Amino acid sequence: MREDWRFRLREQRACWTAAALFVLIFALYIAKHQTGWTVPVLTTAANKGVLLAIVAMAQTLPVLTSGIDLSVGMVFVLANCLASHLVVGTPLQAAAGVLVVLAAGALCGWINGAIIVYGRLQPIITTLATGAVYFGLALGLRPVPGGDVHAGLADALTGALPGGIPAMLVVLLAVVLLVWVPFRRSAVGRAALAIGSAEAAAYMSGVNIGRTRLVTYTLAGLLASIGGLLLTFVTYSGEASAAIGGVYTLNSIAAVVIGGTSLAGGAGSAIGSVFGALVLRTIGDLLFVFDLEPLWQPLFQGVILLAAVSLGALRLLKVDNRLDLFK
Amino acid sequence: MTALALRLRRSRHLPVVAAAACTLGLLLVGSLYSRNFLSADYLLLQLQIASFLGLVATGAMLVILLGGIDLSVPWLVTVGGVMSAAAAGWWGPAGEWLAIPFGILCGCLFGIVNGIGVAYLRVPSMIFTLGINAVAQGLIVVQTGGFAPQDRATPAMHLLATGRSLLGIPNPLLVWIVVGACTLFLLHRTTLGRAIYGVGNSERAAYLSGVDTRRVTLLCFAIAGACSAAAGVLLTGYSTKAYQAMGDAYQLPAIAAVVLGGTHILGGRGSYVGTVVGVILITLLQSILSVMQIPEMGRQVIYGAVIIAMLLMYGRGRRHSQ
Repeated sequence: MREDWRFRLREQRACWTAAALFVLIFALYIAKHQTGWTVPVLTTAANKGVLLAIVAMAQTLPVLTSGIDLSVGMVFVLANCLASHLVVGTPLQAAAGVLVVLAAGALCGWINGAIIVYGRLQPIITTLATGAVYFGLALGLRPVPGGDVHAGLADALTGALPGGIPAMLVVLLAVVLLVWVPFRRSAVGRAALAIGSAEAAAYMSGVNIGRTRLVTYTLAGLLASIGGLLLTFVTYSGEASAAIGGVYTLNSIAAVVIGGTSLAGGAGSAIGSVFGALVLRTIGDLLFVFDLEPLWQPLFQGVILLAAVSLGALRLLKVDNRLDLFK
Repeated sequence: MTALALRLRRSRHLPVVAAAACTLGLLLVGSLYSRNFLSADYLLLQLQIASFLGLVATGAMLVILLGGIDLSVPWLVTVGGVMSAAAAGWWGPAGEWLAIPFGILCGCLFGIVNGIGVAYLRVPSMIFTLGINAVAQGLIVVQTGGFAPQDRATPAMHLLATGRSLLGIPNPLLVWIVVGACTLFLLHRTTLGRAIYGVGNSERAAYLSGVDTRRVTLLCFAIAGACSAAAGVLLTGYSTKAYQAMGDAYQLPAIAAVVLGGTHILGGRGSYVGTVVGVILITLLQSILSVMQIPEMGRQVIYGAVIIAMLLMYGRGRRHSQ
């Protein structure tokens, strides 16, 4: 029994490291912040962090199967633009709008998956191209930034619950419990990890590789559209910006890596990615409270990102056989 | 006829031939729209514009052949442009020509850092080059003070990017031809070239065969950085000034051009001729879409859809059962 507990701890070590790092940085942030631990500060931090956290979760799923989804940022933007048109009017209309946005996101993901599975193309180039398509659609929906969103719903989700808990964190928890946990515990989730560690072996063991990939990419699209929907609630508008899409895609990959998921697939969890995303976001805010000259912020952020991903090089010190360096 | 088709399918030239056929098809479609598409002037202009992308794609291809990917293109292009323009400002008249190698050298240095991270620290290239991209962006922001730099391209850079010195051939095209010829030589006539394909197929096997795989990787990333920066220098000469984010439009087209030209995205397979065809294809596609005055939205959708459609025609992987 005790061995079992140890094994689990070791398996999720990267995830715990990311969580500890987040707690550390966030404590520093709160300590340095002028007003400190107050509800508005927490709510703002949560609103910004959860957006990236959900997109990072979306990125995690394809990465587990040793694929990648470079279109998550664009699906995120597309969902944002779609929501700024649809999630308006009476509560009933807004609810229908939310469903349509989520369905559209899932459809985008499904298209990615279908091209990868049935078209037998590489995920990286497929999602690069479909990303351009989704961005074009977003641009068609919102040639100029604007639009509106159901104010009641937006205020409820971006505010704080009684007791001072940011509502966004509850949304994040709900997404984890409703999407990630069932996925991870299902046969499909195990199959996704199996594909990531050894695709040929998974195929030989009778894993339905096509269906697993399809589910994985569809869920990634769904999660990205949840992120885009939440962005609409935060900004009260829709904007088709290639820069936003690009930044979210790239940061989602960085968050996945910081969260301990291997880019080669087969190991990791979306929980780690959530903490990875929160770490990335808090580092950005940290520069703000330390009164660093704004000019140096992009450089500082880049160096931190580079240092974080280079930390993995420490494992090289433990390699006995030099051949193990090369996969 | 069937025998020929079968041989074509077996050989590795199918993607190149298919991409070339698509290029011709595009030209025909364009010529239905306007006669100008077949004029020598238009074609030379397209080749001149293509040579910027061609330089970037050359570096991208070397890295992709290794089984990596270089995502630091956008800001390394900017580094090349901004640093060469800045050097011209620092050194005055003496820097007029010196600015060009200086810009390329700066890009090369970033490329070397990329190579160290990927080859020696064993960080996946996708994430390490992303980090270098962010650092390069940060350094450029600090260097320029957050504003568009006032430094202009030197006359020499302008000449290199827009002049026509030899037989009316645009100079950037000459640069691309030289770089391309060197790359062809490198890939097919040197041990380094064989080693690049070897590392892309199986780094372990290449290592066991006595190849210093880490040095090969480092070299490729250094060349890729230099290529991106060189494109930035040319681009600065072309638009007479350097500006931030000038390289944003080159990352995706470069990867798309390499892959459309038949290079396998996971490395180890591909020919430089294919990359050349891919670059011309992408440039023509962009040109035709903009000449037809299709709004940005439609351009993005068609662009993405065409890449997918062409890859579905000839870039498909194998079935599991094979």
